[in-house]
Amino acid sequence: MTIQQTGTLTPQSLVEHALATSVADDTVVIVRDSTSANLRWANNTLTTNGVMHGITVTVVSFVRQAGGVATGSVTGSASSAAQVTALVEAADAAARAGSPAEDADDLVSGAAAADWDEEPGATDIHVYDRFAPALGEAFGRASSAGRILYGFVNHEVVTTYLGSTTGLRLRHVQPTGHHACTGKTADLTQSAWVGGATRDFSDVDALAMEETLAQRLAWGKRRVDLPAGRYDTILPPAAVADLMIDAYWYAGARVAWEGQSVYSRRGGGTRIGEAIAAPGVNLFSDPAYDGLQCAPFAVAASSSNESSVFDNGLPLGRTDWIRDGELTSLLQTRHSAAMTSQPVTPAIDNLVLSVDGASGGIDDLVAGTERGLLLTCLWYIRVVDQQSLLLTGLTRDGVYLVENGEITGAVNNFRFNESPVDLLRRFSHASSTGPSFSREWGDDYFSRTATPALRVPDFNMSSVSQAM
Amino acid sequence: MSAPGLDPTFTALPYRSLGDAALGRARELGVSHADFRFERVRYQHLGVRDGVLQGASDHEDLGFAVRVIHRGAWGFASAVVLTTDEAVRVAERAVAVALVAGEMTTTPVEIAPEPVHDDVTWVSAYDVNPLDVPVAEKAAVLIDWTNRLRTGAAVDHASADLQQVLENKYYADLAGTRTTQQRVRLQPGFEAMGSGADTVDSMASIAPPVGRGWEYVVGGAGSGGWDWDDEIEQVPELLAEKLKAPSVEAGTYDLVIHPSNLWLTIHESIGHATELDRALGYEANYAGTSFATYDKLGTLEYGSPVMNVTGDRTQPHGLATIGYDDEGVQTQSWDIVRDGRLVGYQLDRAMAHMKPELNPAHPGGRSNGCAYADSPGHIPIQRMANVSLQPAPDGPSTEELIGRVERGLYVVGDKSWSIDMQRFNFQFTGQRFYTIADGQLVGQVRDVAYQATTTDFWGSMEAVGGPDTWVLGGAFNCGKAQPGQVASVSHGCPTSLFRGVRILNTTDEAGQ
Repeated sequence: MTIQQTGTLTPQSLVEHALATSVADDTVVIVRDSTSANLRWANNTLTTNGVMHGITVTVVSFVRQAGGVATGSVTGSASSAAQVTALVEAADAAARAGSPAEDADDLVSGAAAADWDEEPGATDIHVYDRFAPALGEAFGRASSAGRILYGFVNHEVVTTYLGSTTGLRLRHVQPTGHHACTGKTADLTQSAWVGGATRDFSDVDALAMEETLAQRLAWGKRRVDLPAGRYDTILPPAAVADLMIDAYWYAGARVAWEGQSVYSRRGGGTRIGEAIAAPGVNLFSDPAYDGLQCAPFAVAASSSNESSVFDNGLPLGRTDWIRDGELTSLLQTRHSAAMTSQPVTPAIDNLVLSVDGASGGIDDLVAGTERGLLLTCLWYIRVVDQQSLLLTGLTRDGVYLVENGEITGAVNNFRFNESPVDLLRRFSHASSTGPSFSREWGDDYFSRTATPALRVPDFNMSSVSQAM
Repeated sequence: MSAPGLDPTFTALPYRSLGDAALGRARELGVSHADFRFERVRYQHLGVRDGVLQGASDHEDLGFAVRVIHRGAWGFASAVVLTTDEAVRVAERAVAVALVAGEMTTTPVEIAPEPVHDDVTWVSAYDVNPLDVPVAEKAAVLIDWTNRLRTGAAVDHASADLQQVLENKYYADLAGTRTTQQRVRLQPGFEAMGSGADTVDSMASIAPPVGRGWEYVVGGAGSGGWDWDDEIEQVPELLAEKLKAPSVEAGTYDLVIHPSNLWLTIHESIGHATELDRALGYEANYAGTSFATYDKLGTLEYGSPVMNVTGDRTQPHGLATIGYDDEGVQTQSWDIVRDGRLVGYQLDRAMAHMKPELNPAHPGGRSNGCAYADSPGHIPIQRMANVSLQPAPDGPSTEELIGRVERGLYVVGDKSWSIDMQRFNFQFTGQRFYTIADGQLVGQVRDVAYQATTTDFWGSMEAVGGPDTWVLGGAFNCGKAQPGQVASVSHGCPTSLFRGVRILNTTDEAGQ
């Protein structure tokens, strides 16, 4: 498959070359042009960094044969016609040797989008021109105050070009950025974290980040050790995002239909139509959601329970997963939708949780709490039991004691065991919804979330963690 | 069968000319160190569900990177256009990044020296490159597995998948080292799902991923292969028993842990905890730090006296095994825990320079070869060696270990895992848990998780099994670093006996 390239082409030319070269009955081509720049630091000094450029081409070939349509999918780094030709030949051959696909369906058809001819978006190290000097200053402030900073910023722009023999010519530019910084006291006994998502770093202030960490570390001057148990607990938007992403990822319709998830109905089928959360709870995705814009069409390099190469280019719009507490949709391909007799609701690359009537922020939830815990974020979250979607994980970088509506000290960390679906039924208070960033999943997998803070009266802290 | 050599489709690529161009330009720009890494990594994944091939996809990651130390700061850049002009531009970009980084680099970067390895090659041990086997042949094997599993009365659905990797790397640096390497790894697996009167559950294969070729799938139990036929025959009955099994009573139990489960506990509580970059805070914002801080070297009682752990990047068929790491360091094996005490860490060249006393034979320090980048687009960082628990030379069999337990559980296969950011508190589940009563297995229980603090757990290890119980387990999906990188790593261990470990009932934990 590897072919040495002799020249470079535009992404659109790579698509057209692949479509023209393939001898399959139908072909879908996905070109992703990505640029990224990052800075990483620890112990108040920069550690690693980098600027990267990548171009990948995915060729999905469809070959009609007795009994259906077989597919072949091949992806590779490519920027020349020769490299793309090799990918096409491999994909065509894989389809010819394949067996009929169970998810076979008509390919999505269409025409060229208005922005098809535009160049890919890009970023480079200069995205940090304003941030970098401020970070250097933040290191100085932290050092002189006896604090240690550790953190990472990343900015990436991925432009996707999707073309097909059925006429699709779709383009999407996806900027993704995030910033996070952990602060510790010099004796490493206190730790705090701040982080968020951004599209262009114009809204990220390194000095403000350092100030927030200083404030949070100051909260830790009074240390309170608490045992395991169930606590009245305020989950900030970052922690809620951590948990809701798992609730979303495990919402595959086929798996639910086959009885293996928290969304399965006992006795067969799914829980669609059932009240699974408190009234007023809404969980939805929307490619046009302000600040969280993402691809408005489906892109799939291979088929699985939750994706289908036949669905490439399928338009995506707002999808309610939970509406007013009722489960309304699960992650579907056209194939699983037919299987479950439900509408086609493919996965979308953002997630929003809102609670009807909720207002205010974390400060308001703290003010209304007589005695409880305020978390910063969660970590190392894994599924223990799919039937209940029981998750285990840890609190991290700041658990604070709330007494009589005020933060009065820092508490040890805990291991929790909880189901996010059950939490949506049990929470007592919610703040308004705003942009959030999952500490666990935001870096590499899912950074576009908007969530409220939730107060849960009996959050299960299973054991104490000595980690600081 | 003769050992495979370097893939000619890789050696035909222009990595030498690109490397010369990039390093030459870096030298002109006055850097104190530069290295060039060219990689081609091929992946192929097949997924089958209920006798139908759901998806087969190929992916190839091809490109190169230049890393420099310039005026005391790192600079890194990567690209995919394979021309010498682009190689020169990437070298210039890396230097430009180093200049930006210099504004924030308060501690100048230095790396430990390494002998020059001039134009050496290394190829991992395997017989048949799985990517040379037709997809239809491999799909037929997986389809057959799921069909056979579904003949079991308790099995409602069955899935199988196969991930295969062919990795080629060329490394060159200004000191004169040039290495060209190739390795193969694969991860086959299957899972059977079924439902009982009041539960739905699954049981997966306990076969480890390995640094072997297609012979691991079709070669049978001999010569280090896996007995897939035997496991496929057993799993439906094991699942049927699990679905009818009683729920465990939470409490404190003695555990006999099979290597198919214990490898993961080693990975999380020893492997990551003894990475020196973590111990020094370099992962504090992401993967976390370590309770095994540098000041505890030589004094920390990590576990009981029967605990001996090595780091090893030379273990045959290990997933982290290679000839030279991604900083041109020849790989090695060394002690991490000896007689229960912490005695070593995993290093890259920057870490080795910071702590030269870890290798007294080399006054400027020497890395033990743990630098790795998972793609040409990522910077090398310190990644895990094959970290393994050693068996007792005349140690007991698994049956003998079970025979020493009055009330306990025998744990087989891994499933859920989680550990805190300093590697203290962990919780694991498994594929199956058997009750041990008066030294005998008396059937499965379900809804089990074990939870402990690392040093308490390893301190409670009363006995390790003999060499016959030792198995090399491992994973394809170890995550670390920002931007995130994924590494494969193996962990060998014997069946071992632990006293007094906390057992949770996961149904109780869920409040069900």
